[in-house]
Amino acid sequence: MNMLQKIGMISEQFLAQLGLYAITLGKTSKRILSSPRYPRLILAQAEEVGVQSLPVVLLTALFTGMVLALQSYIVFHRFAAESMIGVVVSLSMVRELGPVLVGLMVAGRVGASFAAELGTMRVSEQIDALWTLSTDPMRYLIMPRVIAAIVMMPLLVVISDFIGIYGGYAISVFMLDQNPAVYLEKTTQFMELKDFYSGLVKAGFFGMLIGVIGCTEGFNCKGGAEGVGRATTRAVVISCMSILVSDYFLTAWMFG
Amino acid sequence: MSNDQTPRISIRNISKRFGEKVILEDVSLDIMPGTSTTVIGMSGTGKSVLIKCVLGLLKPDSGEIFVDGENWLELSEDEHLDRMRRVGMLFQGAALFDSLSVWENVAFALLERGEERTTAREKAAEVLEWVGLPGIEALMPAELSGGMSKRVGLARAICHKPDIVFLDEPTTGLDPIMSDVINRLIVNLHKTSGTTIMAITHDMKSAAMISDNIGMLCHGQMHRQITPDQLDSDQDPMLRQFVEGRAEGPINCSVWGKQIEEAVK
Repeated sequence: MNMLQKIGMISEQFLAQLGLYAITLGKTSKRILSSPRYPRLILAQAEEVGVQSLPVVLLTALFTGMVLALQSYIVFHRFAAESMIGVVVSLSMVRELGPVLVGLMVAGRVGASFAAELGTMRVSEQIDALWTLSTDPMRYLIMPRVIAAIVMMPLLVVISDFIGIYGGYAISVFMLDQNPAVYLEKTTQFMELKDFYSGLVKAGFFGMLIGVIGCTEGFNCKGGAEGVGRATTRAVVISCMSILVSDYFLTAWMFG
Repeated sequence: MSNDQTPRISIRNISKRFGEKVILEDVSLDIMPGTSTTVIGMSGTGKSVLIKCVLGLLKPDSGEIFVDGENWLELSEDEHLDRMRRVGMLFQGAALFDSLSVWENVAFALLERGEERTTAREKAAEVLEWVGLPGIEALMPAELSGGMSKRVGLARAICHKPDIVFLDEPTTGLDPIMSDVINRLIVNLHKTSGTTIMAITHDMKSAAMISDNIGMLCHGQMHRQITPDQLDSDQDPMLRQFVEGRAEGPINCSVWGKQIEEAVK
């Protein structure tokens, strides 16, 4: 196989996979518009995506805020600009680190779980069983997961923003002896509503990516236990890569 | 729509290949209403693929599948799902939903149709009693043995009173006593409700017990169609080899068969 053939094959696989995600997204969107919508399943998935992810998200946000404050202090101290720590922490958290880090955490936890769960159902013929019981597998399995991921991601990001900013506050005030009032004042002074909204838009978009990629990988899984493992790995890797790549384009679109 | 002369299921010239590998080639089979037809054949001859084509889980490359005169291959996804209300399916590995209790599995189709949970649970309990598993409604699938799972799978397949029941290897992996229990349940179901049954198996005892007609699938083609009485008398070499379970014979022409033969020699 020569180089051109290899490139052609990889491109074909890439486009086929992209097409598969687009089909899942399209079919899911179509199903959202009609009933049954399985509110009980959506709630159960929202609990799985949102509530169960909280410990991981809180810990990540807290330490990210703390590290940001510490790193900013080291630099700003040279210019006697320590009062700007709050600005760096809050803007970084709200605009970028909140949505991206929460996205990566949720992709690792929830995307993997979606792929593994649906993949196991596929190889054990449970998805086929749903069809024979006159139940649309895509509506029953994928739609609630995608909705839950889209809705819960922004909520997790709001919490993560607050916790991250608090982490920075705690380090600045209790460790670096900064004035708490100045920290809070600078935090709000430089932040615009758009910064906050942009983070939420990103979070919703990342939620959609995690849901669609995780579910597609699991739903189309082949080859027994090994296939489930492969689908799970692919779901996490592709979700994380997609989050990082799409973050650039979303930022360029919203702030460019 | 249907009468005694119209087959309930009519499979016409179905072909299916995966890549270069031909799985089914021009397979035809008629199943009359209220009859039980079993497709036998070696592992990998396309029995499961055939049943999946009928159910719409796989799309054949060519051919037609009529159910009560309606071509199911021309149905939209929603229409096909709607027709599935008339169907029950027992999967080889039972395919019970891990996250649901036994009664929720059995009553799944009823719950999906909006039946009250209390009524659905009562109906599920009745069917579970019929398959000889009373009082296990609250258990989870992980707590069941293989034989119990299979019987719960059968209960799920028939709880919504379908017109047609498909059985994928109903006795595979079970001990002889449990196989006999399952076979008797299928015979009982067939006799009492007049349900049309399409089964696939390579268990000859099961095929003889539950079928009105038997079709033998070999190398992707419907090789022979007989009645259970002919299982012992029919002199077709392939059928004889399969029924008698011999390694030597015309079916051994596959590469795999030759390799085994050479290894034995």
